[in-house]
Order: sequence, then C-alpha cells, then structure tokens
Amino acid sequence: MSYNKPIFKDTYGNFINGKFVPPIGGQYFENRSPIDNSLIAKYPRSQQEDVDAALEAANTAKKAWGNTSVTERASMLNKVADIIEANLEEFALVETCDNGKPIRETLNADIPLSADHWRYFASCIRAEEGTASELDQNTLSLNIKEPLGVVGQIIPWNFPLLMLSWKLPPALATGNCVVLKPAEQTPSSATLLMEKIADVFPPGVLNIIHGFGPEAGKPLASSAKVDKVAFTGETTTGQLIMQYASKNLNPVTMELGGKSPNIFFNSVMDQDDAFLDKAIEGAVLFAFNQGEVCTCPSRLLVQEDIYDAFMERVVKRTKAIIQDNPYDLNTMVGAQASNDQYEKIQSYLKIGIDEGAKVLCGGNAAKLDGDQANGFYIQPTILEGHNKMRVFQEEIFGPVVCVTKFKDEEEAIAIANDTLYGLGAGVWSRDAHQLYQIPRAIEAGRVWVNCYHAYPAHAPFGGYKKSGFGRETHLMMMDHYRQNKNMLISYDKNKLGFF
Amino acid sequence: MNRVAITDEAAEVVSKIREKQPDLIFHQSGGCCDGSSPMLLPAEDFYLDNSDILLGEIAGIKYYMNQDQFDYWKHTHLTVDITSGRGASFSLEIPLGMRFIIHSRLLNDKELDFFIAQ
Repeated sequence: MSYNKPIFKDTYGNFINGKFVPPIGGQYFENRSPIDNSLIAKYPRSQQEDVDAALEAANTAKKAWGNTSVTERASMLNKVADIIEANLEEFALVETCDNGKPIRETLNADIPLSADHWRYFASCIRAEEGTASELDQNTLSLNIKEPLGVVGQIIPWNFPLLMLSWKLPPALATGNCVVLKPAEQTPSSATLLMEKIADVFPPGVLNIIHGFGPEAGKPLASSAKVDKVAFTGETTTGQLIMQYASKNLNPVTMELGGKSPNIFFNSVMDQDDAFLDKAIEGAVLFAFNQGEVCTCPSRLLVQEDIYDAFMERVVKRTKAIIQDNPYDLNTMVGAQASNDQYEKIQSYLKIGIDEGAKVLCGGNAAKLDGDQANGFYIQPTILEGHNKMRVFQEEIFGPVVCVTKFKDEEEAIAIANDTLYGLGAGVWSRDAHQLYQIPRAIEAGRVWVNCYHAYPAHAPFGGYKKSGFGRETHLMMMDHYRQNKNMLISYDKNKLGFF
Repeated sequence: MNRVAITDEAAEVVSKIREKQPDLIFHQSGGCCDGSSPMLLPAEDFYLDNSDILLGEIAGIKYYMNQDQFDYWKHTHLTVDITSGRGASFSLEIPLGMRFIIHSRLLNDKELDFFIAQ
C-alpha cells in the first residue's frame, strides 16, 4: 500500500499567544520535501521581534499557568495525547513528507510514541509529592517544587514531532510556559499540532516560532526573558547556547549526539536461534531512520572469532533492506532530511575509503526513479576499518556503520570508550556476567542490553562526556524545569536569645 | 602548506556575509544532527581558549577546532565548500539557503612531516 503527498496551505504562521500570526517583518522561507525536493509550504522567517512577541506572551501567561492545578495541567496534556492519537495517519504523512523517513516508521513509532510521552508526564505530575522533614521537635523543612517560568526549547529535525513531545510535556506539566523553535528543515508537524490543539492550553502557555538559527534561535537562546534553555543538536551551537545562558545565569540541558558502539560478543552465535536473528537485526539497526538518530549504533564491534560468520549475515540482512518511496508501506529506508546532509554523508564515504576502510556493502548515493529521482537517498553502507579512522569518530548521521574486531572484553571496552561522546551503546551476549559488567564499564548514559533503539517513556535518556547532560523521557526531567522552594518553618515560641 | 582550504564558491559566500559582519570565525562542530560541519560565527560570539586549535586562515577567516576533536582529525586536510541546503544551527550562511560542508583528504607524507615539525 502506498500513500500520497499530503495537502498543505501555501503559507503558515507562528503560533503566539494562542493564535497563528504572520511574521512581523513579513519574511518567509520555503520548506521542501527531501523525498522529491518538491515545495511543501512557506514558513515564517522569524526575527528578534517575533521571538520577543512570543516571549512576552509566555511571560504574561506564566503566573496564572504556574498556579493552575496539576489536575488541570495533566488533563490538558492528556487531551494533546488523545488528539495526536486520533489523527495518527495525518501526522504520520506530514512527518514523512517533511523529514523523508518511511511511512511505516511514522505510523508505528514517531507518532504513537509522541502521544505516549504526553500521557507519561501527565501521570508523573499527578503522582509525585514534595518532601517534608522534621529537623527537630520544632523545625520543619518543607520542599515545594516551583516552575522556572519561561523555557526556550530548540529541537532537531530527525524526529520532529517526537523531539517536540520529549521537550514540551515535562516543561508544561511542571507549570512553565514555553517558546519552542522547531528545526527549519521540519516545521510542519509542530504547525499541524498547533492547529489541532490551539484551544487546549491558555493563550501564551505554548508558543511556536519558526525560522533560522542565527535569526530566531539565537535571540531565543540569549534572551534575558528566558529562564532556561533546552537544546538538542551539535556541539558548537551547544557551547554557544551555554555561553548565552551563562550571561543570564540560566540553567540549560543539552543533548549533543554520539558515536555509539554496538558490541557483539561471541556467545551470540552459540546457537542459530531466534536470539541470533534478533542480534543480526540489532546490528542492522544502524540504518533505522536513515541513520539520523543521535544514538545511531554507528560503530559495530564484533568479537574476532565470530567476525566472519556474523558479518556475512549482517551484510546479507543489510542488502535485503528495501529503500524506496517513503510513502510506500514496504519501504524500510527513506530519504536523508536535506541536501546538505546528503552531501555531507557522501563526503564521509569518500574520506572513509581514502583512510583505507573497506566497503562491505553500499558505499554510494542511491538513485531512485520517478518522483524520487530528485530526492536525497544514500545506500545503507557498511565500512570495515579501525577505531582511529574519522568515520569511526564522527557522527555521520547517515545509514553508515563502521565495523571493527575486538579480541576480548578489555579491548571491547577500550574501543567502546575511545570516543568524545557517551550517549548510547549496545551490548549483546548470552553470558550473564557480561550483560551486567560490560554496560557498567561503558561511559554512556543509555546502554541497551540485548536490544537497541527502544525509546520508551519511563526510561531516562541522556549523555555522558560531550554528548551533553540532562535526562529526558523520564520524571527526572521535571526537576530540570523547576526550582525547589524550601520553607524552613519554626514552631518554637521562644526566641533564639542572640539579641 | 595548510591544513585547511576553501573553494572559490565558498569564499564568495564568506565575502558576502563579511560585508555585513566583518569579524567572523569558523568553528568545526561535532556531534548530532548538523554536527561534523563548519560553523561560521561572529568572532565575538564564541568563547575560544587554549582548548581550541587554530587550523589556519581561509578567506580571511580563522578556522578553529577543539583540541580533542583535532586529535582524531589531524591527519586529514580539510576543504570548506558550499552546497545548497537547509542546515539547522547558528551558522551565518543558513538564511541564504546554503550550508558550508567539509571535503577531506589524507595529508601526504610531505605535509605530515611539515606539520609534525611545527
């Protein structure tokens, strides 16, 4: 079964103070679909004044919103989840069109997971309680959580609605107003969501501004009217946002990507069974979402005594991937999100080969026929080499995995940790000791054990090292959006006696 | 000899942006999404210190990379080029509908000897 490109309006606005408004300066940018490079629609090219208007709306709304009962706030979050779920197919189509990922992914992963994150935080805020400690007979320490106020959020283009749904619910549940800027490559699903939920929150609580990083992102990240900034992206912009935050002494959370190792110990091949089949799939998951995942398992580490037999099956499974029209339900790998990504990936394939990496499969751009001839497609690629090569050290953000051998546990851990980043990792084994000890030795915030690429709400996600800090998709994220008010209460009628 | 070069097309884009903002730097990004790409930034915006390596100067602009990233890149020569595309970051060319990208090649023996001696 195949779908068609969804219908869009010609132009869209920013969502500020509960309604859609055109950009004050009247400038727009064209957003194109990476599937066929066709025009989707025009979106606001916002400037400082648009950001200021959104921040003013948020600051005006924050007092009342912070005092809204958690019952009401949770109820609104649940409404958003219901609306996403009720319009699943429409959201999935828009997301596929805007990002280039296959429709089976958006139908089965991006959109249903998005709804679940809204529900998860609606539950968290209802279930949690503050703390009270009796410090002595007459003294009570009471901890009340208070919202920060106004939060700025800047999200990426690889999972547009899902990243929005990781960022917004914990901030809104805890009583903050938000100004969010979607990535300029993928403004569509955030806009569709605002159309559907325009009346759910009071005006000013949730504001969406579109535009470019230097023109709209920077004023948002550096504004003194923001109390916290949350960012997902790359390291240079991460540093810039931290610098801006330092001027305002604001907290930040950062998710800055990785170069995640996926480690296969020899016991995975002890039997040719369902688990081995799962492990082979686990190795091929590098191609999931065209490799445009912060935790893409882009370094494949295989124990040397099973290397040849294991890789034979991994290559065979990779070659069986269906790369075709993203609107077709059978398609497994779609288009890269933009031309510059497409060019960058090809540049990495070249330097990988120059450095001596051997191409086990793929290695080129993929040329599709028909409407897709103008789209941005890369063949799922396996490069064999060693961990000091640049393709083993840099996030390519394409369907490209680099494979190397290791001798024993010690070498596996050394290679796994020889990276600037520490976001994700995978460990595959039938040995119960390895299943605990190896993950504990890996410097990464998320280690998948005998699985990969699961992102359920209720399991914290975040990085070590240059991958950033903060833990999303879990109730611990709520404290990244809050102050702690400590009330220290004396029930003693007697004076101190000092004066 | 240099570690970093720039194509004429990319240099033209730099010149165009410099008409409005004369004092710029390139900083090599790493990590997620739009990482592994050069970022063109106002020089006063980005805090540089001893942990940033100056790779060279292209189109009148200094090109920096963080030391720990440089450790993995130092055997390669970089050429900054420009392509059409919609990057998401704070890099200044993005509003033009273009994006700087890097082409890399291995340094040859002569170049390696030269840079080791430095």
